[in-house]
Amino acid sequence: MFDDSNIIAGLEIGTSKICVVVGEQNADGALNIIGLGQARSRGVRKGEIINPEQVEEDLRAAISEAEQMADVEIRSVYLGVSGGHIRGFNNRGVHPVVSADREISQDDVEDVVKNAKAINLPAENTVIHAVRQHFFVDGQDGVTQPVGMLGARLEVDMHVIHGHANRLQNVVRLVRATSLEVDDVVFNGIATALALLSSEQKELGALVIDIGGGTTEFVVYSDGVIRHSGVLAVGGDHISNDLAYGLKVPLTRAEKLKLEFGTAVPTATAKGQTISIANDLGLELKRVNHEHLQRIMSLRLEELFQLIAQDLESAGLADYLRAGVFICGGSSRVPGIVALAENVFQMNVAPGHATAISGLTTALDQPEFAAAIGLVKFGSLKNRRRAARPTLMGGLKGVFHKMMPRS
Amino acid sequence: MNAENPLFEIPEAAGRPRVRIIAVGNAGDALLGALGPAEFAGAEFAAINTDAAALAASVAPVKIHLENKLFRGLGSGGDPDRARALAEEQFATLKSACAGANVVFILAGLGGGAGSGISPVLARAAHEAGALVLAFVTLPFECEGNRREAQAHAALEQLKAAADGVISLPSQKIFKLIDENSTLVETFQVTGGFLSEGVRGVWSLLTRPGLIQVHFGDLCALLRDRHAENAFAFVEASGPGRAREVAEKILNHPLLDEGRALAESDAVLVSLTAGKDLTMAEINRVMEQVKRQCAHAQIVMGAAVDAGLKEKLCVTVIAAKTNAPVGSVTPRAESHPAATATVQAHRETAAARPRARRAGNKAVQGQLPLTIISRGRFDKSEPTLHRGEDLDIPTFIRRGIALN
Repeated sequence: MFDDSNIIAGLEIGTSKICVVVGEQNADGALNIIGLGQARSRGVRKGEIINPEQVEEDLRAAISEAEQMADVEIRSVYLGVSGGHIRGFNNRGVHPVVSADREISQDDVEDVVKNAKAINLPAENTVIHAVRQHFFVDGQDGVTQPVGMLGARLEVDMHVIHGHANRLQNVVRLVRATSLEVDDVVFNGIATALALLSSEQKELGALVIDIGGGTTEFVVYSDGVIRHSGVLAVGGDHISNDLAYGLKVPLTRAEKLKLEFGTAVPTATAKGQTISIANDLGLELKRVNHEHLQRIMSLRLEELFQLIAQDLESAGLADYLRAGVFICGGSSRVPGIVALAENVFQMNVAPGHATAISGLTTALDQPEFAAAIGLVKFGSLKNRRRAARPTLMGGLKGVFHKMMPRS
Repeated sequence: MNAENPLFEIPEAAGRPRVRIIAVGNAGDALLGALGPAEFAGAEFAAINTDAAALAASVAPVKIHLENKLFRGLGSGGDPDRARALAEEQFATLKSACAGANVVFILAGLGGGAGSGISPVLARAAHEAGALVLAFVTLPFECEGNRREAQAHAALEQLKAAADGVISLPSQKIFKLIDENSTLVETFQVTGGFLSEGVRGVWSLLTRPGLIQVHFGDLCALLRDRHAENAFAFVEASGPGRAREVAEKILNHPLLDEGRALAESDAVLVSLTAGKDLTMAEINRVMEQVKRQCAHAQIVMGAAVDAGLKEKLCVTVIAAKTNAPVGSVTPRAESHPAATATVQAHRETAAARPRARRAGNKAVQGQLPLTIISRGRFDKSEPTLHRGEDLDIPTFIRRGIALN
């Protein structure tokens, strides 16, 4: 407000880590990532808080790291949320145009959007996002801006994402307790898609999968609008748990084995091989079968992709993904995951990279940060939109311009 | 009860029903060849294909060539959508091919173009022509790739919606029956052989005089609305110990997963055919064995006498099950069959327990839950349920894949 730049921070409280990304937006609206902070998350399971005190401690650590790196003070954040309770669906609102000349006004548009948002949610749920897809004017499809058109019946399709109100509120309260303001609450899947997809890819149709520690979010864009979204409370933690159970090793050991030896597709070289686990002194404690390790991992990841593919199939979206599938999140680092996903989805799969944002390449290249970067981008878009809205000063300026034409 | 009785009620049918057996696509043709049309006296045969060359070589007396300019004589190119579009275009031809028949058998191999695309349309055409439709199809080998498998499954779903009954044979199961050195030709002969046995079994069900009748309606009711695949087997034996031998063969039949398919099924049709010397004791012995395997299934039983069989006893078993767990429908080739069996059997007993209690008349040995499936670090968290499955339990355990 006092200078040309504007600091935007994105905060994602994930199951395996808490990460903060700080961006700076200049007067032109261009975004630059200037800092990031992360801390291991200990109080979160499957994307939901189970121990607020620990989360608060970790959150402070992550925020102060980001503040130091960016050399700014973070006052408010865009907060990313996730969890198995979050659902997305499409809804249509209808509104008859009543004005005498049948011209659609801004009020009509607001009314139809309000109608589309009026949905039967369970009492304890609240809407996180309601995103406009397309308007229909007297059944004519694909209208993006109906104001000024003539018509008798205005309809709109919206994608509504909703979740359990108390659980969402818990996170917000916790962040507020650390004397940070929450600018907005954003579904992680949408944030990730914002970071990864270009507008062309959104137009062509793309699926973004963010495989985190405890949850997997997926979002489908097509024709430039969000079509489908969902959360599966399955993530990297499940892989570790499967390994711990299948190989009969402690969970921490399973975690290490996953990082060191894991692959998404079983390799021929691992057949019949064993991995020896040594203690701190280098003495062998146990041997585990490499092939089993790979198969357990592969089955879990394959199932995860299959569940998503089934979901898209039943939503009738499988044929709309012409730009392909983009994978990010910590678990997307598993070698061979692209090949596995290609096999399941039968289409182009690419690891997602945050695009159209400049700044620290270390942050942009890491798949774990996609959601937090997307949150910053969400904030910058919101700021830009706010800036575009006519302000009092701008309005006065316009009046003067009209009164005193230059020519 | 006597031989003149019509075996099932079809309004316009007098005496024996007019059965037409229609092969679709190259695989259907091959199956028709394996069938040996000579054995099916009274049935009419036809072949439908998009590939002119293959059609010319077909043994069927009636050949229907579906073709349009776009194909340029090359067939559907493995694309079911093209074949389907073509079939829809020539719907009238298909309908006239089925005209006058009371029952239409469709033989096809799903997964390719013609078979997957045309069969569902043909089933609908036959239906509109007033015939009952029963489809016998093979599903592709796993090594043929995901795409073909997906195409086959999509076609199977469509076929199930259009036909009165579908009997499917997943080719993958054949792997258990052939040895390493079998040639491709032999393998296809085995597949064709099994399917033609199925056709023969149903054929005899329909045409031979029944002492204990199985109506075609019973068969259709059994095969309809079963969302998973159904398993079938045809066994025969002769000699004094034939009943015991037949029962044993059923329980060890590879297509019934060594009898496991019976345990999993919830509806079973058993049809016995033998010479005039068929005794009640023999029927009893066979049924006793089958019943023991599938205590909670609905059993439809039929018996027929065919003087031509002399000393032979032939039994056709069709087992159908509703929604099986996804993983166990096509057991993976690499999994250890015996171990999978125990896991499945365990799951089976767990699922069957409430029903067994309802049946009441059998004392079931209680079982201690010795395999504790741990949810590990998710022990205290809310379970992640997705279509009735707890995703927190390791995938390989839910799918019953053994790590040896």
